[in-house]
Amino acid sequence: MKLPERLRRENLGERLIEALIRVCGVSAILFVFGIFFFVCREGADFMFGRLSWRQFLLSTAWYPTSVSNKRYGALALIAGTASVTALAMAIAVPFGLGAAIYVSEFCPPRLKEGFKVVIELLAAIPSVVWGFIGLTMMNRLIIAVFAVPIGLTVLNGGIILALMSVPIIVSIGEDALKAVPDSYREAAEALGATRWQVVWRVLLPAARNGLLAAVLLGVGRAVGETMAVLMATGHSVRIPHGVFDSVRTLTATIAAELGEAPVRSDHYQVLFVIGVLLFTITFAVNLAADLIVKGIRQQ
Amino acid sequence: MTSPTEAAAARVFAETAQGRRNRLAETAARTVFLLMSVVMIVPLLVTVGALVYKALPALSLDFLLTNPSRGMRAGGIWAPFLGSLYLVVISLLIAAPIGVLAAVYLNEYARDTWLTRLTNLAVVNLAGVPSIVHALFGLGAFVLFAGIGRSVLAASLTLAIMTLPVIIASTKEALGAVPMAFREACWNVGATRWQTIRSIVLPNSISGILTGIILQVSRAAGETAPIMFTGAVFYKAIPEGDLFAYGLFDQCMALSMHLFTISTQVPNVPEAVSYGTAVVLLGTVLSVNALAIALRYYLRSHQRW
Repeated sequence: MKLPERLRRENLGERLIEALIRVCGVSAILFVFGIFFFVCREGADFMFGRLSWRQFLLSTAWYPTSVSNKRYGALALIAGTASVTALAMAIAVPFGLGAAIYVSEFCPPRLKEGFKVVIELLAAIPSVVWGFIGLTMMNRLIIAVFAVPIGLTVLNGGIILALMSVPIIVSIGEDALKAVPDSYREAAEALGATRWQVVWRVLLPAARNGLLAAVLLGVGRAVGETMAVLMATGHSVRIPHGVFDSVRTLTATIAAELGEAPVRSDHYQVLFVIGVLLFTITFAVNLAADLIVKGIRQQ
Repeated sequence: MTSPTEAAAARVFAETAQGRRNRLAETAARTVFLLMSVVMIVPLLVTVGALVYKALPALSLDFLLTNPSRGMRAGGIWAPFLGSLYLVVISLLIAAPIGVLAAVYLNEYARDTWLTRLTNLAVVNLAGVPSIVHALFGLGAFVLFAGIGRSVLAASLTLAIMTLPVIIASTKEALGAVPMAFREACWNVGATRWQTIRSIVLPNSISGILTGIILQVSRAAGETAPIMFTGAVFYKAIPEGDLFAYGLFDQCMALSMHLFTISTQVPNVPEAVSYGTAVVLLGTVLSVNALAIALRYYLRSHQRW
């Protein structure tokens, strides 16, 4: 049986649009692979040839523009990222999880909505504005409070990054607590447990994985953050000995030096190698968080 | 004077040491968690307040409509503001169709196969890629490989890919909220899959999709790193008041990049100018975001099913 002309035309149009939907549907995969491919491609020449991985990972000598003796040791940059991230997490994890527990278990419903809106707005503040706050207000505050000569330090960057990663920890952490069945709470309360005992003995163990995922996503955000740490942590490439030392992170190095490195030079390519390293770290962290969350959903 | 029964009752119902400890622990926990929540919010409000206070002398309509002058130490933010507008609009035009169609695929077509799982995983990871890595990708893929050069288009493409997960996630949520019965009713009268989507699913989820699009705008307007090496420049003079001053293949200024420039690269910028720029950027992003939140609340209160 032949379809009438009008139906055939519609059928063709429908097949076209469905093909388009399918292509867009898998586009995210293409983009993730595309990002990995192109970042690798720009750095490949250097990465698989002239780069000494030993030096890259174990040396603190970062002299990419030296005339006679160029060296590409990224250890100080890795230490910079690690120190700022660690401090940020030391602040953000207790406060973020505390706030998640408050919102989920103690908060009156009316206050809860308002609180979530504030958290969402906090998450929306652009990183360059955070950087500006770090550079101006926090800088002066740290100099005044701790009587140190410069305020653009691990401490400054850590506090700013903590404020930036708290919203994600709160929202994912709250989801994790909400996912604990109410029957758990009811059973504990029926035994006479106070709210705090329910939280400490029942909810935290039950929601352990989800809270871990929340922390991991916070770490992912902190490691990948660029503008805020570029502006707030100062610019000295060295391994920090305390929170009042200036450092430079992996991300900030790319942002600060890519503009001056001649295209395809070794310096330019080593920045792409750092990009590959960052992509790998955040990919692993996010993958781990995602698998943990999936694992919870299947239970 | 209490009767013996009352005294006995008082003894039975008197607080035990254990009960007292529990009550104190309860109060302490509640207070500590409340404080932890407040500690995050109060500095934020103080900071934003201080930003606005210091920016007040600069803020005026003229500030928005004049170009930066005297080596960016005076004048307004017209060129960067218009540049940001271009980047946001063009990246939205690219990201919105792809994102919405991708969400339609994931929610309406995809079965639970390895490909679907891989796609979902890719969306999550795309959202987690650091912004500076997006910048490297944009530089390698669009500026150099595709030969577009540093331009509004290359920067917008980079921003579009970066913000795609925002649109996909909220569109998926909006589509998922449309009851299955709506679709079944439509199929039962003989509509095809696409006809159902076009005439039933999309109209019923349009406001949720809109929320996602607004969130994309807020995200794209604030990003700095992805546009630094793909199209945004330190300075470029354009005619004031001309809305079509930038071409697709021109470089442009951008508000976020401008804030970075005047606060780190240019010495002796008057406080009012840099704070003013920060407040305009922050205000734009937060008000767009508040719009999305308001829309979401409106939707929830007017839900018809």
